[in-house]
Amino acid sequence: MSTEVISQIDVDRTRGDFHYPEQHTFDAGTGLSHATIDYISDVKNEPDWIREFRHKALDVFLSKPMPTNWASKDLENIVFENIRYYLANAQRPTRSWDEVPDDVKRTFERLGIPEQERKFLAGVEAQFDSEAVYSNMKKALGDEGVIFVGSTDGLRDHPEIFKKWFGRVIPTGDNKFSALNSAVFSGGSFIYVPPGVKVKHPLQAYFRINAENFGQFERTLIIADEGSEVMYMEGCTAPKFETATLHSAVVELVALKGAKIQYVTVQNWSANVFNLVTKRAVAHEEAEVKWIDCNIGSRLTMKYPGVILKGRKARGEVISIALANNGQHQDTGAKMIHAADETTSNVISKSISIGQGRATYRGQVHIPKHLKGCKNNTECDALLINSTSRTDTYPAITVRGLGNSVQHEASVSQVSAEQIFYMQQRGLTEAQAMSLSVNGFVNDLVREFPMEYSVELKRLIDLEMEGSVG
Amino acid sequence: MSLVIHNLHARVVGGQEILRGLNLEIQKGRVHAIMGPNGSGKSTLSKVISGHPDYEVTAGEVLLDGVNILGLEPDARARAGLFLAFQYPVEIPGVSNANFIRAALQARLGEGEELDAVDYYGDLYKEMDKLEIPRAFTARSVNEGFSGGEKKRNEVLQMAMLKPSYAILDETDSGLDIDALKIVAAGVNAQRGPGIGMLVITHYQRLLDYITPDVVHVLVGGRIVHTAGPELAYELEAKGYDWIREELAESASA
Ligand SMILES: Nc1ncnc2c1ncn2[C@@H]1O[C@H](COP(=O)(O)OP(=O)(O)OP(=O)(O)O)[C@@H](O)[C@H]1O
Ligand SMILES: [Mg+2]
Repeated sequence: MSTEVISQIDVDRTRGDFHYPEQHTFDAGTGLSHATIDYISDVKNEPDWIREFRHKALDVFLSKPMPTNWASKDLENIVFENIRYYLANAQRPTRSWDEVPDDVKRTFERLGIPEQERKFLAGVEAQFDSEAVYSNMKKALGDEGVIFVGSTDGLRDHPEIFKKWFGRVIPTGDNKFSALNSAVFSGGSFIYVPPGVKVKHPLQAYFRINAENFGQFERTLIIADEGSEVMYMEGCTAPKFETATLHSAVVELVALKGAKIQYVTVQNWSANVFNLVTKRAVAHEEAEVKWIDCNIGSRLTMKYPGVILKGRKARGEVISIALANNGQHQDTGAKMIHAADETTSNVISKSISIGQGRATYRGQVHIPKHLKGCKNNTECDALLINSTSRTDTYPAITVRGLGNSVQHEASVSQVSAEQIFYMQQRGLTEAQAMSLSVNGFVNDLVREFPMEYSVELKRLIDLEMEGSVG
Repeated sequence: MSLVIHNLHARVVGGQEILRGLNLEIQKGRVHAIMGPNGSGKSTLSKVISGHPDYEVTAGEVLLDGVNILGLEPDARARAGLFLAFQYPVEIPGVSNANFIRAALQARLGEGEELDAVDYYGDLYKEMDKLEIPRAFTARSVNEGFSGGEKKRNEVLQMAMLKPSYAILDETDSGLDIDALKIVAAGVNAQRGPGIGMLVITHYQRLLDYITPDVVHVLVGGRIVHTAGPELAYELEAKGYDWIREELAESASA
């Protein structure tokens, strides 16, 4: 039974490593200027406020320095002039796979998306380069008032909700890459769940990069109204090119009073992708936001999902798994900003560094002095596979005030030669032994995943370990 | 059909020689016991045979049913039928016992072959019952937090599940209480038969009361220096190793 699932949701990087010849009707050209922005706005036929928002964001982007002072020098290798910022065939996704162009459809079929949709999803959005090509949701959800569309459609068809929340959780100037996204964003999901509606099955988005020298800048906005519940899952792949690809998303979540949002990511970009993503949520009174974030692919990932705990008794959680293989740097973490009494946050991060791989944890927990009854728990564990592997932890915990509590644990362990020998003596190859250790290390976190994703994650880990042993 | 160790010389990589021309033949269907003073090289022998990377073989060969296995990776040797019950079993955090043994069995199957889960758990529970291991141990991480005796039982459980053709048991009796010793010995005896050759390393005659060996060897200074029947174990228990060392010294000077 488990093998059946594996063969159907197998999106390992080797399987993602293919691409079809490009044919784009809409192409903003190479490089970034105010003209690029006008092109995007024209093509999308956007209202003026968005056009202005984009232009201002570009100025902010240009004025901000690269964060190389605290982050990786590798960022200097992004050549913004060589990137193409908008590539699409159409602005409206279809509601039927039959209407998706053949090559694109074949891509998503190879990645198993339509099949997953039939098996366990309430809705799917499939983005190919800059725009969603397919977007559909079970009819019953639409009848309950749930909105699940691409951001382009969200802006056009639901401006009253869109405008109210867009850019409110993550301001343009939050960081250089949120500014870049704000300037050229396209694609991503827009979700609204009405009060009290509990979406039982996950909604899924799949982000696919096909083109070379390209940047994907999706923008996702999820609003869970009072007492509603939703789970969103995203996956992604790209073919491996010699040149660098840029992926820079902004994801904003709003959980209103008593709402619950779970956001699951399995990031499996090819090893030439710079993945620089800003993700943040606001949790109102008694709301719960949980980020489950797995980073397996990419060349450099910088991503620190956060929750602003704005209402009394709000809960925020980040569960994060990062796997850094040779040539990869996973710079991940979490931000928990407590802004109301009795708010609680929990961060559990596990990273695995293989070969020359580097994993960095950056955490920020902020509990100001005037708050009472707040709690944070942070655990970060690192597993090193080789003596050349590297891990760094930068926790920044500012907790003031008496009635607040914080707990922080960190550990670094290494898979020992004795463990590997013991497992090999039982007949497992070195790679199988490594996989088993790594899976053992992340096991308790993987249990938090929907079953289909935990099987996929296990399979991805096996593949990484196979590739890492000679 | 036998496991032949011929003129084996081995040292810690870049270090001192520990095995110095060791000869031994373990026949399928028989139980050999090895006794010897602390530090004489018993555990080293077991690890060199199974391919531990800390040691390098400088001369000699190890033939498993006629095939020299010294060039093989440890896992290939294991799949060829070799099993080592460790003197100090290793803990593997996060990996459940049941998954571990299952993965080890799965590794012995060909491409595309899948272990039948129902049969597997049936076998596992049967063997656990024989060794009086509680069911809860299937879900616990391999050896993690196990008591000394529990670890040893778990080694014998793995041996029962993997059905090797040659098994080396390195001080499987140490750390076992008297009742556990009987249970584990019964478990080992149940596995005795024409299809398996065993090498039982022990310091105590007591174990050999339960697992009666066909042959007893004495290992001193990296060599087998004496071989006799089961009665040798009693003699060693009564007299220690000095008389053997003296005999050795005499024969060396003669
Ligand atoms: N990896 C190693 N590095 C350094 N010395 C080693 C290593 N392995 C074994 N030795 C040394 O080789 C000698 C033999 O050790 P070994 O563990 O084989 O003894 P043993 O006969 O099993 O002893 P015991 O009865 O105490 O278990 C000892 O002096 C030991 O210190
Ligand atoms: Mg020993």
